Amino acid sequence: MSTVPQTPPAPPGRDEAKGFDYSIIWDKYGMLLVFILLFAACSAFIPNFFSWINMKVLGMSVSVVGMVACGMVFCLVCADLDLSVGAVVACAGVVTAWVLRETDSIFLGVMGGLCCGLFFGLLNGFFISVMKNNALIVTLATQQIARGAAYTICGGVPIGILNEHFYMLGDSDLMGIPTPIILTAVCFIIFGFLLSNTVFGRNSLALGGNAEASRLAGVNVIKTKMLIFALTGLVSAFAGIVLTSRLTSGQPMNGLGLELNAISACVLGGVSLTGGIGKMSTVVAGVLILGTVENAMNLLNISTFTQYIVRGAILLAAINLDQYKQKLRRG
Amino acid sequence: MNPNESRYLEFENIGKTFPGVVALDSITFGCQKGQVHALMGENGAGKSTLLKILAGNYQPNTGRIVIGGQPVAFDSTAASLASGIAIIYQELHLMAESTVAENIYVGQLPTKGFRIDWHKLYADAQRQLDRLGVDINPRTVVKNLSIGQRQMIEIAKALTREAEIIAFDEPTSSLSAREIEQLFRVIGELKAEGRVIIYVSHRMEEIFRICDEITVFKDGRYVTTFTDMAEVTNDDLVRAMVGRNVGDIYGYSPRFQGEVRLKVSGIMAPGLKRPADLTVRSGEIVGLFGLVGAGRSEFLKGVFGGSKKTAGQVFIDGREAHIKSPIDAISQGLVLCPEDRKAEGIIAIHSVRDNINISARRKTLIGGTIINTVWEKENSSRRIHDLNIKTPGDLQIMLNLSGGNQQKVILGRWLSEEIKCILLDEPTRGIDVGAKNEIYNIIYHLASEGIAVVFVSSDLPEVLGVSDRIVVMRDGSIVGELSHDEATEEKTLRLAMIAEAA
Repeated sequence: MSTVPQTPPAPPGRDEAKGFDYSIIWDKYGMLLVFILLFAACSAFIPNFFSWINMKVLGMSVSVVGMVACGMVFCLVCADLDLSVGAVVACAGVVTAWVLRETDSIFLGVMGGLCCGLFFGLLNGFFISVMKNNALIVTLATQQIARGAAYTICGGVPIGILNEHFYMLGDSDLMGIPTPIILTAVCFIIFGFLLSNTVFGRNSLALGGNAEASRLAGVNVIKTKMLIFALTGLVSAFAGIVLTSRLTSGQPMNGLGLELNAISACVLGGVSLTGGIGKMSTVVAGVLILGTVENAMNLLNISTFTQYIVRGAILLAAINLDQYKQKLRRG
Repeated sequence: MNPNESRYLEFENIGKTFPGVVALDSITFGCQKGQVHALMGENGAGKSTLLKILAGNYQPNTGRIVIGGQPVAFDSTAASLASGIAIIYQELHLMAESTVAENIYVGQLPTKGFRIDWHKLYADAQRQLDRLGVDINPRTVVKNLSIGQRQMIEIAKALTREAEIIAFDEPTSSLSAREIEQLFRVIGELKAEGRVIIYVSHRMEEIFRICDEITVFKDGRYVTTFTDMAEVTNDDLVRAMVGRNVGDIYGYSPRFQGEVRLKVSGIMAPGLKRPADLTVRSGEIVGLFGLVGAGRSEFLKGVFGGSKKTAGQVFIDGREAHIKSPIDAISQGLVLCPEDRKAEGIIAIHSVRDNINISARRKTLIGGTIINTVWEKENSSRRIHDLNIKTPGDLQIMLNLSGGNQQKVILGRWLSEEIKCILLDEPTRGIDVGAKNEIYNIIYHLASEGIAVVFVSSDLPEVLGVSDRIVVMRDGSIVGELSHDEATEEKTLRLAMIAEAA
C-alpha cells in the first residue's frame, strides 16, 4: 500500500497526479448515461416509442419491479438477498382481495395486505439475523411458503374485487400521470433518502462492506437486518396491492420471477453483489434500462421467448461490468 | 555447534526481505538426521518465515538450502513436497468432508483402471495409521475427528510421501494433554527412524522434553544453537531470545494518574481459561503482553462486548457498566481498536469520512433521523488534521490508505466519541516506524487527558517502552504484572513463557 503524500483536504480523486479522473464519472453516472443513450436510440429508430402513450406504458411496466427493487437494494447492499419478494407480491394481493371480499373495507384490505408483507419480512429477518441462516435458503423457503399461502387462501382461483373505489389505486391519473408511476417514484424517493441520509441506510451499507468491523464499531446487526427485510416485505406487499388494484383481482400467480428481475435491475444499477455499494439514483436507471429494452422489444414484435434470452444476456453483461468497476476501484 | 560438521539439512545465508522489513538476515545453521531440532524466538523473530521458505511458499532473496549435500531451490510447495519435506502447520489443511483415507492419499489415490481402488485405499491407510500406533478408522470423515487426531492424519500424510524432513509449527497449541503425549511418542518414533524433525514452539517444558538441539532467532537473525541440552537452562534461552539494544524511540515520561477508571473483575470469555481481572487508572497506560495465543485479544473482546462473556463485571468510574454488545460499551465510553485492522477495523471499500463517523454520527442527527452532512464533513476533516492522517481528502476510499493511516482513522472514529477507556489491540502491527511514533504520541495524549488506556502488543520492547505497568498473559490467563521501572524484557518474557515463574 502506498503512502499518499499529505495535502490539505481536496476534492476526491483516485489519482491526483493524473488530474481529472474520468473513471469517477463512469463510476457514478455510467448507468444513467447508458440509459440516456438507449432511450435516445430507441426514440430515433423505433416508431411509436417516443410517444406519450408509450411513455405511460413504459412507466406502468416498470412500476411493480421498481417498487420491489427499492427493498431489494437494501438486501443487496448488506450482502444478502431476498428471493421471496415475487411470492409476497402475490400473497399480499390475494390477502387484500380476500379481506376486501369479506369486509368490503378498503382500509382493512390494504392493511391486511401490508401485514402479510410485514409478516414475511420479519420472518426472513428473524431467520437471517437472529438465527444467522443463509439468506438465499431462508428466502427460498419463504418464497415457497408465501406462494403456497397465496394459493391456499384463494383456493387456486383468482379472487375478484367488486369495490370500484379500490381500482383508483392502480387505474387513476394525477395530472395525466398514472398513479402507479407516481407511487413508484415516491417509493424511490423515500427509499433513496433512507439509504443515503439515515443511519439505518448507512449501517446497511457498512454491514455489506464489512460486517464484523461494523459490529465492533457499534452497528446493531440484528436490528438493521430485521428492518431491511421488514421494509422489503412491506414495499413488496404494497407493490402487490397496487398490482391487484390494476388487475381488479387478487391472483396467486402474480410476480413469478419478479425477484430475479429486481436483482437484475439493481445489479444493472451498480449495486455490488458483494455488498457495501449501492445508490438509489443509479438503481432507477437500472430499472428503466430493463423496462426500456423490454418495451422496445415489444414494439419491434420480438417474441417473448427471445426476450428471455436478451434479458439473460443483459444480466451477464451487467455483472461483468460490476466486476470491472470493482477492479477499477481497487486500483 | 561445530561448523565443519556436515549436516543433512543446511540453511546457508538465508535472507528474506519484505517491503520495509528484513524478515530473515543471513541465517546459517543445520539440522541432523535422527534429531529433534527446536526453533525458538519471540513473535516475529523469523521462525515462521523460515518454515515458509522451507515449504516453498516464499523464495529467499539470498542463500540456499542444502539437503544431503545437494543444493535445492523450491519455486513452489509442490517442489518442496517432492524433495521430502512436510510441514505440519498450526492450522491444519485437511478436507473436512472427506474420509481419513482420502485425506492421507489425496493426490495419489490408488486406482484400478479408471476407478478408485477403495479396498486398497482403506487397507493402505489402515497400515499407515497402525504404524503410527493411533486408533483411527480410515473410513471416518475428518470433520468428526479431534484436532489431535487430525494432526496425526497430517503426519500419516507426510509419511506416505516419504518425508525425510518434518517440521511442526506450534503443534501442541490446541491439543489436550493426552494428545500431546501421543504426539511426542510419534515424534520419538520418527526420530528413531532417522528423520529430521524441526519443532517450533514457545513452550519451554516441551522443548526440554523432546528436543536435542535448540536454535534461537532474534529479529530475523541467527543468535546461537544449543547442542548440549544438559547444559542449557531456561534462563540461558530467554537471555538468548532478548538481549538486544534498542535506543529509546518511545519517548516515555510518567504522567499524573487519577482514580481507577476501568475495573474488570472475573471476566470469562471464549479463549480465556481463567477469570481475568484488570484495573486501569485515569491517565494510566497498561501494557498487556503475551505470546501469540495467550488470550489477549480474547480478553479485550470479552470486556468490550465483542464476544459473549460468560462471567464477570466491568466497572467504569466505579459504576457497573452492563455490557452485552459493542454498542453498550461505546455508549458508556469504552472503545476497542481491534487486532485485525482489515477484517475487524475498517470498512475498506468505504470512504475515510464514513469510517470516522460510523459510530458518533448517531448523536448528531438532524431531528433525530437525518444524517448531518455538515457535521460529518467537519468532524472527519478535523480528525484528519488532528491525527495527521495522510489522505487526499475525506472521501478517499480506505483501501488506498497505508496501514498506519488506516489505524489513525480508527482512532479518529473513537476520538469522535466521548471516551473514558480505550482498548488498543496491536495498534502498531505492520505499520512503519514513523507512523508508530505518531501512534505512541496519540496514546500519550489520550492518557494525559485522563483516559484509561490498555495497550496490547506482541512487540516486547514496545510494550515495555510505552506502558506505565505491564500485565502478562499466558495460556488464557493473566499470570503477573510488572511496573514500568521493574519490567525488563527478560522478566516479562519469563512470565509469558515459563509456568513456574508466576
